[in-house]
Amino acid sequence: MDSALALQLLIQGILLGGVYGLIALGLSLIFGVMGVINFAHGQIMVMGMYASYWIFVLLGIDPYVSLVAVAAIIFVLGYAIQYLVVNRILDYPEAMQVLPLVSTGLILENIALLLWGPDHRSPQTALGLDSIWMGPVMVDTSRVIAFSLAILITGLIFLFLKKTTMGKRIRAASDNRTGAVLVGINVDRINNFSFGLGAATTAAAGCLLVPIMPISPYIAHDFTTAAFIVVILGGMGNLPGAMAGGLVLGVAESLSTLVLPATLKQVVSFTLLIIIILFRPQGLFGGKK
Amino acid sequence: MLKVHDIDVYYGDMQALRNVTLDVKKGEITTVIGSNGSGKSTLLRAISGILRPKTGSIQFNDKEITRTPSSGIVEGGISHVPEGRQLFPTMTVLENLEMGAQFSHMQKSAKKTMQEVFTFFPRLKERLSQKAGTLSGGEQQMVAMGRGLMSRPRLMMLDEPSLGLSPLLVSTIFEIIKQINESGTSILLIEQNVFQSLKISNHGYVLENGTIAHQGSSDQLLGNPHIRKTYLGL
Repeated sequence: MDSALALQLLIQGILLGGVYGLIALGLSLIFGVMGVINFAHGQIMVMGMYASYWIFVLLGIDPYVSLVAVAAIIFVLGYAIQYLVVNRILDYPEAMQVLPLVSTGLILENIALLLWGPDHRSPQTALGLDSIWMGPVMVDTSRVIAFSLAILITGLIFLFLKKTTMGKRIRAASDNRTGAVLVGINVDRINNFSFGLGAATTAAAGCLLVPIMPISPYIAHDFTTAAFIVVILGGMGNLPGAMAGGLVLGVAESLSTLVLPATLKQVVSFTLLIIIILFRPQGLFGGKK
Repeated sequence: MLKVHDIDVYYGDMQALRNVTLDVKKGEITTVIGSNGSGKSTLLRAISGILRPKTGSIQFNDKEITRTPSSGIVEGGISHVPEGRQLFPTMTVLENLEMGAQFSHMQKSAKKTMQEVFTFFPRLKERLSQKAGTLSGGEQQMVAMGRGLMSRPRLMMLDEPSLGLSPLLVSTIFEIIKQINESGTSILLIEQNVFQSLKISNHGYVLENGTIAHQGSSDQLLGNPHIRKTYLGL
C-alpha cells in the first residue's frame, strides 16, 4: 500500500470530516433542544448550496463571501419550518415525528428540482481548482478553506452558546425543559431560534461544499444520512461529539477508498453505524437519551 | 396577595384538583400539606401557568393571572422552586443562578441579588464554577432556591424542598426559608414534612384527594386531632 496515498487520503478525510462535523452540529443542536431528529437536514443544506450557487452565478459573489447571507436566509427557512411544522409535533411519539420532517425534506427536494432541475451543477469558483502542497501531499485549497472555516464556525457557535444570554437559554432549554419554563424562558421562541440556528449551521456547511462538489437535489438525503450517522457516532445532542464524529466518518470514508471502490463508501458509514449501535449505543462520547 | 379561587384542574380526563380555594397573605408563610398524589404539585403548576385550570380564577396582587403564560407569571413576581429541583445539570452553578434572572429588571440587579443569595447559601459561592449535576442533593436544592430568588420574587413557591435531604440539612433548609421570608418574600410552601413546615408557617391548608380538607392558622392545624393522627402519627 502506498503510504503517501494513505496520508493524502487521511488528510482529505480530516478536511471533509470537519464539514461533516459542522453539518452534524446543526442536527445535534436541534435534537438537543427539542428531541426531534431533523430528517430534512440534508435538504435544508442543499437549499443553502443552491442559494450560494445563485448568488455566485447571478451576482458573482464567491460562496465564502456570501456564506453569512446564505446562513441568514436559511435561518429564516429553519425558523419557518419550526414554526409551521415542528412545533405541532413536539409532543408526539418519536415515530410520528419522522413523517412530517421526511415530508418537509421531500418538499424542499422537489422545490429544488423545480427551480434548478436535476442536473449537477459545479460553479467555477475562484479557488475551485487551486491546490497547495502540505509536505509530501497535495490538497485542494478549497478543502483546506472549508475545513478551516468549519472549525471557525464551530468555535463561534460554542462561544455563542457559552457566553451570550440567548446561548445560555438554549443550553438551559436543552438541559431541562421544565426548568427552563419555570424560570420564565419562552421555550417556544427558543425552539424556533434553535431550529433556525441548526439550519443556518448546515447551510453554512453547504456553502463550504459548493466549490468542492457538484450540487444536485439528490445529494440531500446522503447528507441527511451522513449527519445522522455522525450524530449517533458522537452521541445524540453532544455538540463536541458531533464535530469529532464528523472527523471519524470523514477519515473512515476517505481511507476506505484504499480497499473499496469509491461508490461503496456508504458501506463504510453504515458499517460504522451498525458497530456503534451494537457496542456503544450512547455514542463514542456519550449523549442524551 | 395570591388568591386562588375555586379552581378545578385536570390531567386529560382525570381531575386532580376540585374546588380549591386558597389565600396567601403578604409577608406570610403559607403551607400546603398533603400526602403523595393529593394534588399539591398540581396546585403549584396551575399557579405557574404550566397547567390551566378548567374553571376558577387565580389572582396575584389583584391582577388576573389565570391565563397568563409561565414567563409572564415569573415576570410578575412569582417564582416556583419545583419538585425535583429541575436544574440545568450541564451548566455551572453560576449559569444556573444567572438563568434565574430572565427579565431586564432582574438582570440589572442580578449582581446584587446574587450577593443576597450567597448570604442565605454561602456554600454556593464555593461551587460557582462547578456543574450543577455534580452537586450533592442538598447543594442542588440550594441552587434551585437560589435560582428562584434571582428573579427577586414577591412570592416564592417551594415544592417539597426537604425531599431526600438528611435531617440536619432539612432543619437548615427550613431555617433558611424562614430567613428568606423575614427578608420580605412571601412564601407558599408545599411539604410532606408536616411538623417542621407548620412550625415555621403562619397559615396552613391540608389537601386530600384534590380538595382542601382543613385550613387554619398553623397552630390550629398542629392542634387538630385529625391532623395529629393522620400526618403526625401522634
